[in-house]
This record gives sequence, C-alpha cells and structure tokens, in this order.
Amino acid sequence: MTDTARPMTSVHLSDSSRGRLRRRYARERNFKIVSVSALVLTAVFLVILLGSVVLNGWSGFLTTKLRLEVTYSAEHVDVDNPANGNFRMIVLDGLRERFPDVTERRALRALLGIVSNQGAWDVRDALLDNPSLAGTSRELWLPAATEVDMLNKGYVDRSAPEELRLIDDRTIAWVDALEQDGDLATVFNWTFLASGDSREPELAGVGGAVLGSFWILLVTFVVSFPTGVGAAVFLEEFAPKRRWVDIIEVNINNLAAVPSIVFGLLGLAVFLNVMHLPRSAPVVGGLTLALMTLPTIIITTRAALKGIPPSIRDAALAVGASEVQVVSHFLLPLAMPRILTGAIIGMARALGESAPLLMVGMVAFVVDLPSGPTDPATALPVQVFLWADSPERGFVEKTSAAIMVLLVFLIAMNGLAVYLRQRFEIRW
Amino acid sequence: MKSRTLNVVLAACVVALTAVAAAAQDARDTIRIVGSSTVFPFSTAVAEHFGQSSDFPTPVVESTGSGGGLKLFCAGVGFEHPDVTNASRRIKPSEVERCAENGITEITEVMFGFDGIVLGNSRGARQLSIDIPDLWLALAAEVPDANGNIVANPYTMWSEINHSLPAAAIRVMGPPPTSGTRDAFVELVMEQGCEHFEAVAVIEESDEDRFESICASVREDGAFIEAGENDNLIVQKLEADPDAFGIFGFSFLDQNINKIQGAVMNGVEPTFDNIAFGDYPVSRSLYFYVKNAHLDLVPGIAEFVAEFTSDDAWGPFGYLADKGLIPLPDHDRATMAETANSATPLSL
Repeated sequence: MTDTARPMTSVHLSDSSRGRLRRRYARERNFKIVSVSALVLTAVFLVILLGSVVLNGWSGFLTTKLRLEVTYSAEHVDVDNPANGNFRMIVLDGLRERFPDVTERRALRALLGIVSNQGAWDVRDALLDNPSLAGTSRELWLPAATEVDMLNKGYVDRSAPEELRLIDDRTIAWVDALEQDGDLATVFNWTFLASGDSREPELAGVGGAVLGSFWILLVTFVVSFPTGVGAAVFLEEFAPKRRWVDIIEVNINNLAAVPSIVFGLLGLAVFLNVMHLPRSAPVVGGLTLALMTLPTIIITTRAALKGIPPSIRDAALAVGASEVQVVSHFLLPLAMPRILTGAIIGMARALGESAPLLMVGMVAFVVDLPSGPTDPATALPVQVFLWADSPERGFVEKTSAAIMVLLVFLIAMNGLAVYLRQRFEIRW
Repeated sequence: MKSRTLNVVLAACVVALTAVAAAAQDARDTIRIVGSSTVFPFSTAVAEHFGQSSDFPTPVVESTGSGGGLKLFCAGVGFEHPDVTNASRRIKPSEVERCAENGITEITEVMFGFDGIVLGNSRGARQLSIDIPDLWLALAAEVPDANGNIVANPYTMWSEINHSLPAAAIRVMGPPPTSGTRDAFVELVMEQGCEHFEAVAVIEESDEDRFESICASVREDGAFIEAGENDNLIVQKLEADPDAFGIFGFSFLDQNINKIQGAVMNGVEPTFDNIAFGDYPVSRSLYFYVKNAHLDLVPGIAEFVAEFTSDDAWGPFGYLADKGLIPLPDHDRATMAETANSATPLSL
C-alpha cells in the first residue's frame, strides 16, 4: 500500500480524472442540497398548515360559562310536572336580579341573549335531576352565547366603533361586570366532543360526526376487507393465467386511481336508486367507500402474498396440505401484518373522504347522534365542510378544531399501521 | 383454525348486509329536508328548535341547492323521498309538472322571508354606490358601444363606465351558475340592468334568444371570478384584496359587518330595514315546499311547519331574524301561516 510506488502518470491521478472526480462530488453535493431543501420545504408547509389549524382551533376546545343564581319559583315551575316549566323566564329572572337596572323590554331581550339557548334546558335538567329544587334557589354554570364566548376569547376588537362590532357596548359592560365578580369562566368544552351538530356555534359538537365516521368505517371494513382479501387470494393463488385474468388485473389497478367522486356517483346510482337504501345513512356511505377501498386492499394483499417465499408453499404442499390449507394455514397468517397495514391505510383514506359522501346525501345537518348504521349521520370531513360554510364567527374555531380531531384519528390509524408493520412483519 | 375465523367473518358480513336490507324497508320517523344552501342556515335553526322543544326527532336537513332539492322532492311519494324542500326561488311550472308525473299532486308552498343579495367590499376601501345599469355594464359579457353595436365588454376599470365610480380595476367574485344566489343575481341585476339600454331593448323584438343571452351572460374574461359556493371564502378574499368586490347573501354581510361593507344600489343601502320594506332592489323571496301526501306518512311534519311559521321563529324578533332572515310584513305572515298550517295545495 505504498502510494509512492505508483507511477505519477496513473490514469486515476491525471488532471482530467481529478476534474471528473470533483464534478462527481459536486453533483453529489448538489443532489443532497436539492433533496434537503425539498424536505425543508415540505416541513415548512406542514408546519404552516398544522400551525394555522392549531392556532385557529385550540380555542374551539374551550367554552365560556357564566354563573347565575336561578330561582325555581312557583310562578314558572309546575311542582307536579317539573319538565313543563318556563325555564327561559327563570333564566331571565336570574339575570334581572343580577342586573336590576335593566328594565326596558328590548334591553331585557339583549340581556337574555348573553346566555345560550341551551341555558334554559340546563336549568330544566338540573331540576329534573333533583326535583326537590322546586321553590328554591340554586347557583348554576350556564353556557354563554357565542358572542360572549368570542368576546371572552379575545376575538372581538373592543376598540372598533360599536356599529362595526357584532356585540354592543351594553353587552360588553354586562360581560365585564360578570368577569369582575368571577362569574365568568373558561372551561373545557365537553359539548364539543360529545354532542351533534348545532346552528349555535357554542353548542355544536363533533360527537355525531365521529360516531357517523365510526359506523361508516365499520361498514367499509366489514364489506371491503373479506371481499378484497378473497379476491386477492383467488387472483394470486388460484386464477388461471388467462387473458381475462389480465384484464381484471389491469382494471383493478385502474380503479385504485379513479377519482373518489366517481364512486359517489356509483353509490348514488346503485345503492340509493336501485337498492333503495336510506339516504344519508352510514351504511350507504360505508358501502360507497368500500368500493373505493377495495382496489387498495386487493393490491396490497397480492403484494403481501407475492412476498412470501415459494419455499413455504412447496414445503406445505410437500407434507400433504391441500391448496386451501396452504392458503388458510400458512399464506394468509404470514401475510396478515402487511394486509392489515394496507387495509388500515385504505381505511384512513376513506376516513378523510368527503366527495363520495356528498353524492349519497351525507352532507346534512344531523343533530341526533346516530345509534346504528341506518340512522342519518354525517362524517368528520363533511362536518368540517359544513362548518367552513357557516357565516357565524364562532364556527371558524370549530372548523379548525374539527380538523384537529380528524387529524388525531388519521395519525392514530397510520401509527397503528406502522406499529403492525414493525411489530409483526416477517422479513425473509 | 384460521379458516374458521374466516368463515365467522364472512357470516358476520352476510348478517350485517341482511340487517341493513331489512332496516331499509322500515318506516322512517325523522323528517327529511333537502334544498337550497341559502335557506340551509334558517331551516337547520328551525329543525334544531323543533327537535329541542318537541318529542319528535330532530329533522335531517341536507344542502343540495334549490334545483337539486326540487329534483329529489319531485321524485316520488314514499319513505325514501324527502318530505320538505327549501328553495331560494319559486318552484317552476316544469318542476310542478315533474312532481305531478310522479304522483305528487298536492304541494304546500310557504314563502317565509326575504334575502338580500349584496355587492360587498372590504371596509378598508371606499363604499361603492352604483346603479344597476352600470353594474350590468361592468359584468355583462357583451355590451352596447357608443354607436349602439353590441361588442365584447371593453371595460376594465369602474371609472370607464361612470366617472363617479372608483378608478380601480373591475374585479368581482361571485357564486357559480349552480347556485341559487347566482340565479337571483342574474334575474334581479343582469336582466333588470340590460333593459335600460336602447340598443339591447331593440333586439328583444327581433331575436328574443339573443336578447336573453346578452342580458344574462356574465363576462368570462377574468373580471368576474367564480369563487365557489362558499360565501365565507369570498368574504375572506375581500378582506385580503381591497379592490375586489364579492356577491353574496345578506346574512353573510350581517355576520361580517366588522370586515365588509355593502355597496349602495340605486341609492339604497343594503340594511335590514331597507330589504324588509322592499326598498333595496336586489332581494328575493325564500320558500319551502311541503309534500302533503307525507303529512300522514311521517310524524311531526305539521308540527314542524307550525314551528317554522310561529312568530318565535320567523317574526321580526324571532330567532331566524338573528340568523339574518328578513321577515315578511305582518299581514303577509298571517296569511302565509294560514296557508301553511291548513296545508292548502299550491296551484300555479
């Protein structure tokens, strides 16, 4: 290994060779720079996207409540039938007591407006939980109206002229008075996670959409997974090598790239118009998305089966297993981690899909929580779409908060896919 | 063992699908509403109140557009068809015929309020005051020139049309042709505006189709931008671009009054009172239609109509007014409530 022994005229050390080498290194360096900047650019966009969603949406998980002493007076509550009282008047009386100088009718209306419509129902529910409250007073935390919520969260510009604000000086004064006495609190918004849609931003929740998405994905999985795996096993293990099998293969690969709205049109034509399944029901959405997920599952299953070494098949056949036994005892269990990974990624795509659901009537206002796959329901991405289109300021934060909920589910599903792959996958 | 699992999974699928098919045959006890995206905020507000204050389930409201809603509505009688459809325009005779062909002969028409259409811009810019003929000149695909010939729209600046208008490029964002707001804008602005021009009016007698196309065609050279059905998006874009104008419903102006101002049309400002009294020229009526044959089929429809037509909802101080609805005058409200609650069928 003595360099000095080499003649100086070696072709590897000539000037042109050094130049070539320099150029090669330069190319490598440039390639790295391009790659890294592409990565940085992606990261920047991701940070901007997530940043703006989180920045707009975090306050959607909080809500404003105000403390009010309400009296279940005999005038407004029927002791024998507590459900049937005038609970709005009870709330108004409570507010009157709190702000005794407000007497004019229109001002009282505005005063009642600082409490959400839900307030009266909460007052009723407290009485129904504890009927002995009739005739007594009770301090309750009631949800504030969305304007008050926006003011409390700092989305209202107090310095703007009164007529350019959605909330007038009078109301701001009331809210400030409540805040000074500690009667105003920002608390975690359980309503947002638990309840269905609402026209009032302070009452709207993603609960209905999450449940709807759950039923849709359940139907999608139950339909597309067995069908897809079955189809893939047949095509990979049993199908004869004929022309029509090739045609089917090409078509499946094509289907995987068809825009999702086309599946929506198919769902509309087949499930609604021919089979007369109910509109807006998760079962129809699920079947439609199953059609969309099917090619993904077939393709990943076939790839997984292809990845199993032929020696396994040969060994199983050699000890006398039938072809079906080879598939069900050896190939499918060995391929399952990769199949499940593919299926979960397909389901994650289905979870984020809204265009096909548009066609089967799932872009709907649904308040009641769906209790089964045939109840009317909506889905998370559809809920985002509906709220983004609502005029009220309070829905801006709800839209971003719903996106955050959707992202959490997507990340969880993709994380599960990665986990399954790393934990169970067998490398040959 | 694995094959047994597979069998169980397959059996579960079959059971699930049968259950679904069985459920599809069941009667429905939830009211189904479809139709206009403009009426959607009002219809959903009523649906929510109705669900809260009655023992019936909350109606499901779908936003399909006026035309799409009437198409679904007129498809037939039965549980798979909607009970109510909302529209931001009146039902057309062709749609009534289509309904009749499918066995829907009795429809109750309820006009429940008004909506103004606003040309708005950012509060950071000057408020526009424009007459409808000038607005037509700014937005039509073809306009008459000085010699009375019809030419492709040459105007690029507002000030070229009228010196009192700002010296800024014409840039107007509006809804696409599928939208009811666009239909109403064409009917109330474009078709009103073009009649003021002698050169266009003479064409009406010679070639009516040509006349209609000149009046209703919106320019496609970039001055009018189709901004999609999402009115919120238009509002956001206006905030970012002080020179741009947008066309949207009054409720969006009402909710964004701190960011957007409405243009004065024919000397009238788009305010709640001006629209309610009919002074503001660009306003339209909002409707919903009820399938009378469903009144006995799905429980709660009559009660839903009663809720919608109660003063608590559609009155001047009702909760729909808070959502930006312009209520009908007192007298019209009384007669309309009478028609609605007695389910008097529509006759055109």
